[in-house]
Amino acid sequence: MQISLVLNGKKITEEITPDLLLIDFLRNHGCYSVKRGCETSNCGLCTVFLDKKPVLSCSVLTARTDGHAIDTLEGLQDEAKEFGAFIADQGAEQCGFCNPGMIMNAIALFRENADPTDEEIKEYLAGNLCRCSGYEGQLRGIRAFLEYKRQGGASCRQ
Amino acid sequence: MLKIKQYIKAESLAQAYELNQKRNNRIIGGMLWLKMSNAQVQTAIDLSGLGLDRIEETEEECRIGCMVTLRELEMNQSLERLSGGIVRESVKNIVGVQFRNLATVGGSLFGRFGFSDVLTCFLAMDTYVELYQGGIIPLEEFAERKRDNDILVKVIVKKTPGKYVYLSHRNTKTDFPVLTAAVSCVYKNGGQEPCKQRNHKSADFECKDKQKMGYDIKVVVGARPAKAICLRVSEEWSDKLENRVCQTAEIEKLARELAEQVQTGTNMRAGAAYRSHLAEVLIKRGLLKIYGDIQGIGGDRHAD
Ligand SMILES: Cc1cc2nc3c(=O)[nH]c(=O)nc-3n(C[C@H](O)[C@H](O)[C@H](O)COP(=O)(O)OP(=O)(O)OC[C@H]3O[C@@H](n4cnc5c(N)ncnc54)[C@H](O)[C@@H]3O)c2cc1C
Ligand code: FES
Ligand code: FES
Repeated sequence: MQISLVLNGKKITEEITPDLLLIDFLRNHGCYSVKRGCETSNCGLCTVFLDKKPVLSCSVLTARTDGHAIDTLEGLQDEAKEFGAFIADQGAEQCGFCNPGMIMNAIALFRENADPTDEEIKEYLAGNLCRCSGYEGQLRGIRAFLEYKRQGGASCRQ
Repeated sequence: MLKIKQYIKAESLAQAYELNQKRNNRIIGGMLWLKMSNAQVQTAIDLSGLGLDRIEETEEECRIGCMVTLRELEMNQSLERLSGGIVRESVKNIVGVQFRNLATVGGSLFGRFGFSDVLTCFLAMDTYVELYQGGIIPLEEFAERKRDNDILVKVIVKKTPGKYVYLSHRNTKTDFPVLTAAVSCVYKNGGQEPCKQRNHKSADFECKDKQKMGYDIKVVVGARPAKAICLRVSEEWSDKLENRVCQTAEIEKLARELAEQVQTGTNMRAGAAYRSHLAEVLIKRGLLKIYGDIQGIGGDRHAD
């Protein structure tokens, strides 16, 4: 079957098989930030935006995305770089495997709620599992990033 | 692994229904549950082009299209008001935001899953389902029916004035619940009888003129681990609650009586005895909260 979608701002028209999962379609198009963690819809590692909403690409048929827009971390480089530096500053991660999914979902949170409380952050990111850390470093990184944004996006990072 | 040979975006419900009569064809909601199976699907029937992804509010009810996601339920202000917050409370622990942006209310209720937070919550409210072939029936009746090849088109929640509580217990965040419980307290006859002085039709729950109309109190317990069941509080007990003459010890007794009617079982998450104990605790917390609300003092949800 033929589908057309907009991937990271670029229109793509392609023949696909009906059961092609979005994660495989995206990796076939070079979006290697999108990774399989669990493939049982539990870990959040495969998070991408479907019409600007975060979804699990391991659990969506590519066919469903016909006529829609998909964004992956590859298409959000500036936002990801700016925020990712705060996670790195906290030494929040060990292996870093969970990082792309966590960054995608954190960006979704910031877009939806620019000033979340700790409780709101934890609730929003509950579907992103990290098997190395205890989430404390990530939480500190997010708080520091939010503070930096509150100060107008300058200076307090160091 | 789920295999699909053909994918059809339905152009009408009639077409979707006809396709769904074939044994190897499947309606695709959020696909999250389907994907856990090894089904060999001949035709996947996509309902996403039929405008069933909206929540409409009328004076009497909220009409929720089957393709509305759990996240949309959680964020919807009409449902928040109508349910006193229990819709949001019931879905907020289901995996994560990305998951809830996909899982649909139609798939969640059609599946009639034992573990379902969604089923427990909607059973506590005055809920109906609109089936393409079967018409509009109470959710409670639908939940008891065997699975067939009909299509769940809409979920209809009546704006019955009432008080609602939702509670669940999980071994760990985002896991399936070990037990779910919901309690609702509404006026008899759905509070639809107009109150004499003020000519309210479905006035809010606090309307003093209705205080002697009597309450219907329903307790729903799910994830037993079997499918949720509904229990009714006897008239004698609801009169006591209405007349505000209950002591905490009596509510504990009522909770025990109700919990004894809940058949529990064992699975990898918990044993039957633990679930039975939890049932009593959650029912008691729910009843205390409702009783507090009736008295207008706000109950303590976490009181043991
Ligand atoms: C990992 C995981 C964890 C979960 N945790 C929880 C939890 O903690 N609490 C909870 O309550 N739920 C939980 N669920 C269930 C989830 O919330 C959904 O209820 C479930 O995925 C079904 O919704 P869906 O939209 O994905 O349906 P699908 O998987 O698309 O469909 C489920 C079934 O219903 C049929 N169907 C779908 N829509 C319709 C319709 N409109 N009419 C007729 N038939 C239809 C399909 O053919 C299929 O047989 C979990 C599911 C998974 C996979
Ligand atoms: S790989 Fe998609 S949720 Fe884990
Ligand atoms: S840092 Fe290893 S999984 Fe998160």
